Amino acid sequence: MSREDQFTRAILDARLPVPEGLLDGADQPAGRRFSVYRNNVAVSLTEALHQGFPVITKLLGPENMDGLAALYLRAQPPTSPLMMQYGEGFPDFLEGLEQLSHLGYLGDVARLELALRRSYHAADAPPLDTLHLGTLPPDELMASRLSFAPAMAVLRSPWPIHAIWAYNTHPDAPKPVARAEDVLITRPEFDPIPQPLPPGGADWIARLQAGETLGSATEAVTSDFPDFDLSAPLALLIEGLALTDLSQ
Amino acid sequence: MSTTKKTLAVAGAVAAALTAVTTTHASAQAKEKCYGVSLAGQNDCAAGPGTTCAGTSTVDYQGNAWTLVDKGTCTEMDLPAMADGTDRSGALEPLERDLPA
Repeated sequence: MSREDQFTRAILDARLPVPEGLLDGADQPAGRRFSVYRNNVAVSLTEALHQGFPVITKLLGPENMDGLAALYLRAQPPTSPLMMQYGEGFPDFLEGLEQLSHLGYLGDVARLELALRRSYHAADAPPLDTLHLGTLPPDELMASRLSFAPAMAVLRSPWPIHAIWAYNTHPDAPKPVARAEDVLITRPEFDPIPQPLPPGGADWIARLQAGETLGSATEAVTSDFPDFDLSAPLALLIEGLALTDLSQ
Repeated sequence: MSTTKKTLAVAGAVAAALTAVTTTHASAQAKEKCYGVSLAGQNDCAAGPGTTCAGTSTVDYQGNAWTLVDKGTCTEMDLPAMADGTDRSGALEPLERDLPA
């Protein structure tokens, strides 16, 4: 094993001995400094998971989150020096834990927190002047295709993930009721905003994202959801400055 | 439904969405950064770990931590008086009071 491999393994496993031959700036043995460093790595990654998944931390309690972080950071150490991206594998990790299997919603709530963070860091994009939409002749409107801002995201879940997120984020939010929820994330100003989508809304946006025209996406969704009204999701997209382009 | 009817339905729904947005925009309040009014760990920032701002205020009403509030309400907000009885109020610029030790 190379010295680098040995060093990396020992950083993530406190049971392994301090690698030999470490020296400080004055050429003195630096074994104890390694132990300090090893502890700092674990503590800082634990903190990163607490900060990145505040709702999961609240749901499970900070002590349980510490314990989970200790397992996760060793199973999946960072692959990038950018801490803002750390935790990509955390939702799957939560779903794989036997002891948490009774809390089926945890994975999707963690996915929502991750998606909010990605949206925050996504590139800016100049929004479409949507007033233009109202001036198009109906036939042209039906044949239009829409492009979306990089900060926009849609999540689908069999759990009330938006309500769970809101209840644990805003002090005056109502208690979640058991139902499936699809969530639209937009970033009209600086911070991403998650909002629940009406039934069919997530399908409709997915079809538009895949390049279908407004007419064909709407027709397909209406056949699955007869009550589907595109004005609700479209208003959320316009308000969230999530549309960037319109083409024929 | 005939194609014409469908087309008109979509055009109508798009118009409804535009009306809904224009109406809410007119009533929606602009926001401003307000310093010294957020509770510990609740200052606004969704950037997450590895950044300098995610819920980093450590004392209540920390003077250099900000939160977004409706425009014009920042300095009007009712806050509890300080320990020595002096009034506290929010400000549009960072404050020297309530800094962590």
